[in-house]
Amino acid sequence: MQQNPTLQDSKTPPLQPSNGLAIEARGLSRRFGHVVAVDALDLTVERGRIHGFLGPNGSGKTTTLRMLCGLLRPSAGTAKVLGMDVAHAAEAIRRQIGYMTQRFSLYEDLTVIENLEFVAVVQGLPAKKRRVRLDELLGRYGLKDHRRQIVGTLSGGEKQRLALSAAVLHEPKLLFLDEPTAAVDPQNRRDFWETLFDISDGGTTILVSTHYMDEAERCHSLSILDVGKLAASGPPRRLAETLGQRVVEVETATPREAQTALHRAVGVLSVAQIGTHLHILVDEDASDPVGVVTTALRDAGLKGQVTSAQPGLEDVFVAVTIARRKREAARSAA
Amino acid sequence: MNSLRRLFAIMQKEFRQLKRDRVSFAMIVMIPLIQLTIFGYAINTDVRHLRAAVSDESRTDLSRELIAMVAQTQVVDFVGTASGPRELEQWIKEGRVSVGIVIPFDYARRVERGEDQPAQLLVDGSDPIVGQAVMQLAQLRLPGVKATATSRNAAVEERATAMTSPVSRPIIPFEVRLDYNPERISAVSIVPGLLGVILTMTMVLFTAVAIVRERERGTLEMLITTPVRTAELMIGKIVPCIGVGLVQISIILCLGVALFHVPIRGSLVDLYIAGLAFIVANLTMGLLNSTFAQNQFQAMQLTFFFFLPSILLSGFMFPFDGMPVPAQWIGELLPLTHFNRMSRGILLRGATLSEIGRDLWPLAAFFCVVMTAVLLRFRKRLD
Ligand SMILES: Nc1ncnc2c1ncn2[C@@H]1O[C@H](COP(=O)(O)OP(=O)(O)O)[C@@H](O)[C@H]1O
Ligand SMILES: [Mg+2]
Repeated sequence: MQQNPTLQDSKTPPLQPSNGLAIEARGLSRRFGHVVAVDALDLTVERGRIHGFLGPNGSGKTTTLRMLCGLLRPSAGTAKVLGMDVAHAAEAIRRQIGYMTQRFSLYEDLTVIENLEFVAVVQGLPAKKRRVRLDELLGRYGLKDHRRQIVGTLSGGEKQRLALSAAVLHEPKLLFLDEPTAAVDPQNRRDFWETLFDISDGGTTILVSTHYMDEAERCHSLSILDVGKLAASGPPRRLAETLGQRVVEVETATPREAQTALHRAVGVLSVAQIGTHLHILVDEDASDPVGVVTTALRDAGLKGQVTSAQPGLEDVFVAVTIARRKREAARSAA
Repeated sequence: MNSLRRLFAIMQKEFRQLKRDRVSFAMIVMIPLIQLTIFGYAINTDVRHLRAAVSDESRTDLSRELIAMVAQTQVVDFVGTASGPRELEQWIKEGRVSVGIVIPFDYARRVERGEDQPAQLLVDGSDPIVGQAVMQLAQLRLPGVKATATSRNAAVEERATAMTSPVSRPIIPFEVRLDYNPERISAVSIVPGLLGVILTMTMVLFTAVAIVRERERGTLEMLITTPVRTAELMIGKIVPCIGVGLVQISIILCLGVALFHVPIRGSLVDLYIAGLAFIVANLTMGLLNSTFAQNQFQAMQLTFFFFLPSILLSGFMFPFDGMPVPAQWIGELLPLTHFNRMSRGILLRGATLSEIGRDLWPLAAFFCVVMTAVLLRFRKRLD
């Protein structure tokens, strides 16, 4: 499943030499009553990588992370984290991982420094190292001026940086981040990813969940989750390449009419308007995607310039969800 | 060593949070204050104009004088005359009157002979307020035998001479029969019980909420992903609450002494030792509660489930010896039962811990059993 990307995205930093697997899960499943939150998930993450979990809300990202942290027991399947089995060595794993929860989980009624000191002691940081480490973190994450501020009064971005400092405080080998940028603005998101690359450069493996395409694109490797199932996995570039020529763009003076016409056309999976042009995903069975779109436009009596386009992660995502819906429709029809 | 550091860090965090939590802080002080005042004053109120009836089989001047004397106190208002003691009892049972006065046919003769308690007061003791109020009537005194005057002034003079004349000592007119409440609950005897009742409620709720709140706010998810051990977490949660409990004991004691003149006949040290054991037992119960409750509302409901049998079966509400044997067995399992015995013994009877220490062991056993259950039930997991 995991492949070494040969093509390096300009946005991703050079890879650390891989030295074994940080995470290895086979058939990992979790049900809550009748809901299957995670369904037979296979996952391998090499050490030193930034691995992304891309999926919409409710696709099972949080549940998977919790299973990997030993917080939820899998209903089926196995998982090894840093070479240890989550079912038996949860405590040993906890010493070596950092976990930033989706929901802010530090004490809102304590100050920044009180929270960090508490986490430092609980994580077993030696008293001598504590001061230096906390000062270093406060400096690096821009929290020096907020030392004595009650955490409940921090801004979204500050809370996020505090949560990250608490998660990396004991220098874990593996860092789990659950939608870490959900509550922050775009500028802060970009800065946040810079810090993630810094942490990654230090040799830490990172597993980060997100529903933002631009963030997913920055990961070394990705798992796309769709209603609890692994829909696709691999480096973002390679995932996009699997779509081949299936993405087509149309430049037209009448985008609304063209969109309506294309929606009805056989072989067209999705149409999205982006500014003045249309972004179209064509069915994988179509041998000539540009031809399919051109024909559909001509039949509707519309004009437009049709060109083949570079597929992106968004297209991968759309293709994956549509493929699933088609399977479901076929199953319920049968 | 690391374990101790973690324990200390949790305690320090709890103290800091408590210090900043105005609501909890107010609760610590206000719950005992309000409960004690309501309970205490309700019992202590100087009640007047209770409905009363009389059955006078004597029909003499002396008996009419007694009735007039009772009426003058204004504690009771006579609303009827019964044909006999039977009917009076029936009226009390039906709740038509709270107090009945029975004057037997040989009343005059017994007064002349100087016998005490020639007449009888029937009191509806199911209502402690009534019981307390009627005690004033029991303290009335009839002038001595030689008294022939009917005015109160004359009676006072008579009492003065009674000091020197043994023949004419004042006599106690009433034998009081307190129905439905043979234990004679009063503010003085209710405060030691109330001490335990208030602590049960606040202590169980306090620790339960301390854990459940972390679960609700999501901080528990962070906490259980760290190497912290369950025992460290639990003890770290309990210790600050012990302080809260001791503060509450002090508040209740001060109020009890100041408002209701509760005697402290035994040693305060003994009382605090008994209190400490009781507090710890209840705090562990709160922890057990938190392993079931998902939110603060459920924690409150579960606390109530524990609180109700505690109140009913501990001897606080009903005399323990009068309860059916199976109820007594359950009562013996409840910390409140044992603390009630100790607090009443120490405060009211001046007993020492060595005399009533046998009630400490059940508390220790309760702590061990419940704490074991907590450690077994609490998992560092979310499922
Ligand atoms: N504790 C739980 N009890 C019941 N259902 C749950 C629980 N946690 C998650 N689920 C369900 O599992 C599915 C996946 O949820 P989650 O892992 O939180 O998704 P994501 O993090 O990708 O948004 C959802 O349908 C959610 O309702
Ligand atoms: Mg989630």
